[in-house]
Amino acid sequence: MSARSGILAALATKPWLPQPLPPVAAPRLPAATVGLRVLLGVIGVLFGLFAIALLVRARLPDWQPLAGTPTSPLAGLGPLWTNTALLAASSLALQAASGAARRGRLAATRFGLVLAGAAALAFLAGQGWVWWLFIATGHFVASHPAASFFYLLTGVHGLHLAGGLVALGRSVARAWRERSCVRVHAGVARCALYWHFLFAVWLVLFALLASPPATLAALADICGIR
Amino acid sequence: MSEHDAHGEPRSFWTKYVWSQDHKVIAIQYSLTAIAVGLVALVLSNLMRLQLGFPGAFPFIDPARYYQFVTMHGMIMVIYLLTALFLGGFGNYLIPLMVGARDMVFPYLNMLSFWMYLLAVLVLMAGFFVPGGPTGAGWTLYPPQAILPGTPGTEWGIVLMLVSLLIFIVAATMGGLNYVTTVLQARTRGMTLLRLPLTVWGIFVASILALFAFPALFVSGVMMLFDKLLGTSFFMPAIVSMGQPLKHAGGSPVLFQHLFWFFGHPEVYIVALPAFGIISDLISTHARKNIFGYRMMVWAIVAIGGLSFVVWAHHMYVSGMNPYFGYFFATTTLVIAVPTAIKVYNWVLTLWRGDIHLRVPMLFAIGFISTFAIGGLTGLFLGNVSVDIPLSDTYFVVAHFHMVMGVSPVLAIFGGIYHWYPKLTGRLLDERLGKLHFWVTFLGTYAIYMPMHYLGFLGMPRRYYAYEGYEFIPASAQDLNAFITVAALVVGVTQLVFLFNLAWSLRHGRPAGPNPWGATTLEWQTPDTPPRHGNWGETLPEVHRWAYDYSVPGAARDFIPQNVPQSAAPAGDDAPPADRHAGEGHA
Amino acid sequence: MAMVIALVVIVVASVVFHFASPWWFTPLASNWEQLDDTILITLVITGAVFVAVNLFVAVAILRFRHREGHRAAFEPENRRLEGRLTLLTTVGIVAMLAPGLYVYSEMIGPPADATGVEVLGQQWQWRFRFPGADGRLGRTDTRFVALDNPFGVNPDDPAGRDDVLVDSPELHLPLGRPVLLLLRSRDVLHDFFVPQFRAKMDLVPGLVSRFWFTPTRAGRFEVLCAELCGLAHYNMRGLVVVEDEAAFRTWLAAQPTFVAAGGEGR
Repeated sequence: MSARSGILAALATKPWLPQPLPPVAAPRLPAATVGLRVLLGVIGVLFGLFAIALLVRARLPDWQPLAGTPTSPLAGLGPLWTNTALLAASSLALQAASGAARRGRLAATRFGLVLAGAAALAFLAGQGWVWWLFIATGHFVASHPAASFFYLLTGVHGLHLAGGLVALGRSVARAWRERSCVRVHAGVARCALYWHFLFAVWLVLFALLASPPATLAALADICGIR
Repeated sequence: MSEHDAHGEPRSFWTKYVWSQDHKVIAIQYSLTAIAVGLVALVLSNLMRLQLGFPGAFPFIDPARYYQFVTMHGMIMVIYLLTALFLGGFGNYLIPLMVGARDMVFPYLNMLSFWMYLLAVLVLMAGFFVPGGPTGAGWTLYPPQAILPGTPGTEWGIVLMLVSLLIFIVAATMGGLNYVTTVLQARTRGMTLLRLPLTVWGIFVASILALFAFPALFVSGVMMLFDKLLGTSFFMPAIVSMGQPLKHAGGSPVLFQHLFWFFGHPEVYIVALPAFGIISDLISTHARKNIFGYRMMVWAIVAIGGLSFVVWAHHMYVSGMNPYFGYFFATTTLVIAVPTAIKVYNWVLTLWRGDIHLRVPMLFAIGFISTFAIGGLTGLFLGNVSVDIPLSDTYFVVAHFHMVMGVSPVLAIFGGIYHWYPKLTGRLLDERLGKLHFWVTFLGTYAIYMPMHYLGFLGMPRRYYAYEGYEFIPASAQDLNAFITVAALVVGVTQLVFLFNLAWSLRHGRPAGPNPWGATTLEWQTPDTPPRHGNWGETLPEVHRWAYDYSVPGAARDFIPQNVPQSAAPAGDDAPPADRHAGEGHA
Repeated sequence: MAMVIALVVIVVASVVFHFASPWWFTPLASNWEQLDDTILITLVITGAVFVAVNLFVAVAILRFRHREGHRAAFEPENRRLEGRLTLLTTVGIVAMLAPGLYVYSEMIGPPADATGVEVLGQQWQWRFRFPGADGRLGRTDTRFVALDNPFGVNPDDPAGRDDVLVDSPELHLPLGRPVLLLLRSRDVLHDFFVPQFRAKMDLVPGLVSRFWFTPTRAGRFEVLCAELCGLAHYNMRGLVVVEDEAAFRTWLAAQPTFVAAGGEGR
């Protein structure tokens, strides 16, 4: 029976009738994992709403795309692709660390964690570098709406990653404190989940920011925005 | 096991009452802060009423101050009082006790949530002391007006307001993660979803709404801060303000409204659903009867929660948005009336053939049914797009939302406090003072808001500092406004009786014992009253029945607590329990 | 017992207040009598439910209040009763929604012969603009706004040259002719509201919103701003004068065109 039908069945029981006392069972998932999943839902809604705001705003006549012409700030997408690769590397390293922790290989776990942290820091630095490129070419936060969204969305995304780095730092500290992976694995797995999620969010943001107006308009149509 | 077993009961004053991670202490911290800031909002409302009832008699209430009072009153009441008190106060106290847990699943996060909330309140209150004062943009904070000259508080006030809201959202998210995960993960053995008391259901679904609706306020708040501080044009079109062309261009004020109400409408249910839950439990307990149609009540809460995300633009029928949206949002809005009406029917049907004890919590619960009915019914005017058009932005709206999400939730809060105070303190609140408090509040709010609807029919717009010189408004309307003001002052002052009662009964109230109302739910079955750190002593309770075994036929007493095994219930008949209501058709 | 009495008193007082109240809709001066009818339907249905709920509670308390030895019934649910109540509620909802949506479709579909009139709001005054002989309003842009061009009419648009500008908060309208108001704002949100016409709509900077009606009664009607627009929101007064066609023509002819108002020079 799937979880969904399980919930529906649970919501259809007649609770005033006697039911057998269920056996004592530990929850299938640790509370922190459930909490993290809910949090990812919340962050997903947050970025979803930012994305919809962008689609609405891009429909208005003064929208100038960030990419597509030689003079636009994202004329060369190279720096952003580099950053994307860094974040992907960070995500992969964490995945590897999580796998290593599951198999009890502490040294590999530590290596993966440090690599992931370094790649994430490099990603943040790279995003800062793109900001600097924007400023150097005269695209300030209030210059035009697409630039405003660029700073806003990369900034909010970067803050979420920075928050993740705090959690990652705690996992690193624990990995060095502990002598086995037993108490390390769950935290690393949660970091990995968070990282994959932020990587996916970044891909969506990247796509939105680099899309030509026609694509954004088509997306807005699909979302029913007029 | 609970993470809480890891650390023992805190010993020092500071860890026990200040940096506490005990959900019960955090609940009280949240509640006291919310009540304190709510008092500020109450005073602001009375100041507004002084100007409306006796225009010009109080010269210090100039238009700027008036609009600042309007704005701060609305925002404080909706966010910093109601949301914080229902979720941070009632949610924190009741969820672990009602589901049979030792604490929230993330106690540290819970503590952080309160301190963030307190910070948000302090930042908001700082608005009163900065140059230009707090913002006077109305609680909806609509741009462009909210950040342009011509509105009070555009220097500092609006920035503090937005920053405070962002902090509040972080606090509410921390709390919400806790409440949702605790209900999902930390229910004790036997506490199935449909054995949860409706209070938990209401707070649980409201917490989910808060988690997914507040991001919309966050997005709009951040973008407005950018527009205000960095000069971007998310919401700001080309504008000539006070004769000066501004640098903004191309933005959309209507986009802000969509984002705001995508948060704002679920917010109504963030406040209403916990009230629904609390009222259900109060009525059932004090009528000594199971809540009628429990499953339908749960489904209605879930349905209302889901639908609340697709009705937001009914606040925007005259906003200049695409007029064809009106069909969709009018339909969804009136559809949501069906599950809401079912809840009202089931409350009143619970009373039918009950054994109604008219104790103070029950008085508030019955008062809630009455005020919520009128507030819900007037919502049918405003949800129905064409009917809304003449009434929107008039006093009809003011009367409507005060009845439905001002007075009603506050009555639920009062009822809840009179009901659970004995668990918090071991003593009952004084009954005579409670009755005085109830009658003045209940009848007083009717006196305030019932006639106010008619000023709206007349066409008197809301958010007006004065109504002098308008020919279509008869002079008698001013008399009515004076009457409303007097009623509002009386109701306002009467709340002091409540505060006095809270303080006085702490020492002098009648000792309550562990379960003064004869209630079935787990919080009344704790080994200690007030419950100690960890709630349950050595062993967690086991749940054997639903939360509403009141007046079960054949049972010796008229309630059977949830943790009493089926076999242990005093027998009286051998009929299988499935048949115990057979043949009892509805009267 | 006090609760029973209170509930009955509330019901009786509410009904008496409703019929005795001197505060009620202003007499209608537009074509939206269907709207008034829909409000009346809504009021009757909701009023009946309000009375029924309160009286039911009063009776329940009267009959089932606690007495020694009395015990409540045990009745977890009654699907048939709940089903019937749901159905009844749905019928009531449809009875309100259907006429509501019907009237709405009328309200958002202006007749083809409606005269377009522009309403321009700023903090805190109203202005109005009629199309000239060509029947078209000239294009506008914020960048053209100046002391001698408060409407921001584009001087290069020939359609704007004969536009009739009303640089005062007094708007005259001909009796019995449908009018489509085109609403613009220079600064913040406003809302054009004449209680006697019933319809209203926000003025939003950056876009043109609209609504239509037909004035059906001659007279002078106050214009209110119904969307908070800052400190003097409560004092953003205007006036609509509904008069016969001849008087309206005379008034309109006395108003300056864009060219005559000196907007041509730039």
